Amino acid sequence: MEQQPTVILGVIGADVHAIGNRILAYALEQSGFKVVNIGVLTSQEEFINAAVETGAGAILVSSLYGHGEMDCRGMREKAVEAGIGNILIYVGGNLVIGKREWNEVEKIYTNMGFDRVYPPGTLPDDVLPQLRQDLGLK
Amino acid sequence: MELALLIDFGSTYTKVTCADMQNETIVGTARAFSTVETGIMEGFLKALRDLEGSAGLSSPPYKYKFACSSAAGGLRLVAVGLIPDLTVEAAKRAALGAGARVIGVYAHELTGAEVGKIEGQRPDIILLAGGTDGGNKDVMIHNAGMLAGMHLEVPVIVAGNKSAAEQVKAILEKGGKDVRVTANVMPELNVLNIDPARETIREVFLEKIVAAKGLKTAEEYIDRVLMPTPAAVLNAAELLARGYGEEQGLGDLVVVDVGGATTDVHSLAAGEPTKAGISWKGLPEPFAKRTVEGDLGMRYSAQALLEAAGVQRLARICRLPADEIVGYVEKVGSNPDLLCSDDISRTVDDAMAYTAVDLAVERHVGKIDVIYTPFGASYIQTGKDLTEVKYVIGTGGVIVFHPDPGLIMKGTLFDQARPAVLKPINPQLLIDRQYIMAGMGLLAEVDPVASLRIMKKYLEEIHIEQGRML
Repeated sequence: MEQQPTVILGVIGADVHAIGNRILAYALEQSGFKVVNIGVLTSQEEFINAAVETGAGAILVSSLYGHGEMDCRGMREKAVEAGIGNILIYVGGNLVIGKREWNEVEKIYTNMGFDRVYPPGTLPDDVLPQLRQDLGLK
Repeated sequence: MELALLIDFGSTYTKVTCADMQNETIVGTARAFSTVETGIMEGFLKALRDLEGSAGLSSPPYKYKFACSSAAGGLRLVAVGLIPDLTVEAAKRAALGAGARVIGVYAHELTGAEVGKIEGQRPDIILLAGGTDGGNKDVMIHNAGMLAGMHLEVPVIVAGNKSAAEQVKAILEKGGKDVRVTANVMPELNVLNIDPARETIREVFLEKIVAAKGLKTAEEYIDRVLMPTPAAVLNAAELLARGYGEEQGLGDLVVVDVGGATTDVHSLAAGEPTKAGISWKGLPEPFAKRTVEGDLGMRYSAQALLEAAGVQRLARICRLPADEIVGYVEKVGSNPDLLCSDDISRTVDDAMAYTAVDLAVERHVGKIDVIYTPFGASYIQTGKDLTEVKYVIGTGGVIVFHPDPGLIMKGTLFDQARPAVLKPINPQLLIDRQYIMAGMGLLAEVDPVASLRIMKKYLEEIHIEQGRML
């Protein structure tokens, strides 16, 4: 049997939105991923430490309270420092405050080194095929 | 009368306790100066003569003769892992729980310089962890390669990623090392599984370390050296907290042991948050948790204690001029067998003991951090909440032989001025007057009920007088 791909899941910063995180964890587990869910109120370091220790293939960051831009800055650089510079990092949620064009928001995050950026209301079914593809799975 | 002889080979004293298992009493205790260099048996036989003399026994038949040991520097262990907060911390906790002295902690890929440092530290055991099961393999494999080339004959216990364990074993064996593979200390992220590593450390201690520490001669007279002394104390504390069969335990408790070189704190409690609305972060806490403060001790570590606390803090407690304190600390630091002799030395010793207890318990217990979020304040607890612990037990020479140990034990208590530090608020204080905790940890291996009942009988309740200060 092929080894299950491991992904790290959590809600970054001072954000305590726990429900979407659980739903996402459930959806990922159902489709064959090994989910390491580090929960809410999570720092960049905790995401990265978890990924190093578990040998994860991707980090999925949620942020729903509007402060994601501040919380996510420098995350890719930290991953590089930790020796996992090539790891996939996704982010999704209410990523900025106020109404801004999605293209603009996406660009902010891809410039920070995030591989994929998802707007509010994205369903797990939209993410899963892309995750499999990026991880080189069928 | 059915007697058990319980021996604690320490680094400076050998302590013997004789317990009557039928009547559940302590027949006598004695101690004598002894070191590995001067011959461990000499001190032991002297203590035994004193004990038998004062108890009016002459070479009675002992059903059991068990010993624990912290002689020759204790069980010296180096822990190696991957991430400091994760597998390194897990390995450290396993080692402390086994009663080891953790003399070095290494994270990430070992360098040549670090391997040189380990060679210089001359540990008795190396505990190698790294990676969750199925997680990172490279680092532990790299570290095995580095350790395999080390010019040091030392057993290596592998307690890391199971998917890499066999390869790691092969690498180390090729380097001529004695390798034991046990279960991963962190099989999944933030899940601790330290008992198998604890057991393996103890096995290696029994097989190899006992002989290496010059204790084999003692085994001709006694039945066995069973475990390192701190493991015996933790064993006793766990039995006392949990109870055994019909015989009830005391429930959640903390044991504080102030020694010449270190201050040990053991907590036997789950430590979950006691107030609503607090999230618990960090590694899960073992029910039986031991921490050791190598910089808080009465003699060997007196200087380090002074540095950790600051002379002003000690001066404030004992109301003596700073230079007098500094002078005394220097004196006892270089003469570890010196006992306090006059009022001034007694006052400084009391202040040092109080401070050691205060800091050691503070480092052991959990803390509450407040994080301000857009939705108001969030409270995060890391470590154990011990505010509602029912008993705090004091042991170690400076507490046990003190005329008013409450003065020192006050340092274990919750401080209104620092509510984020989760120390016990209103526990019953108990003193190990007869110095029996380690012995009872040994007796617990064969007769837990007698051991438990004896502890309940002999640990002495004390009360702190309101307003009395050091």
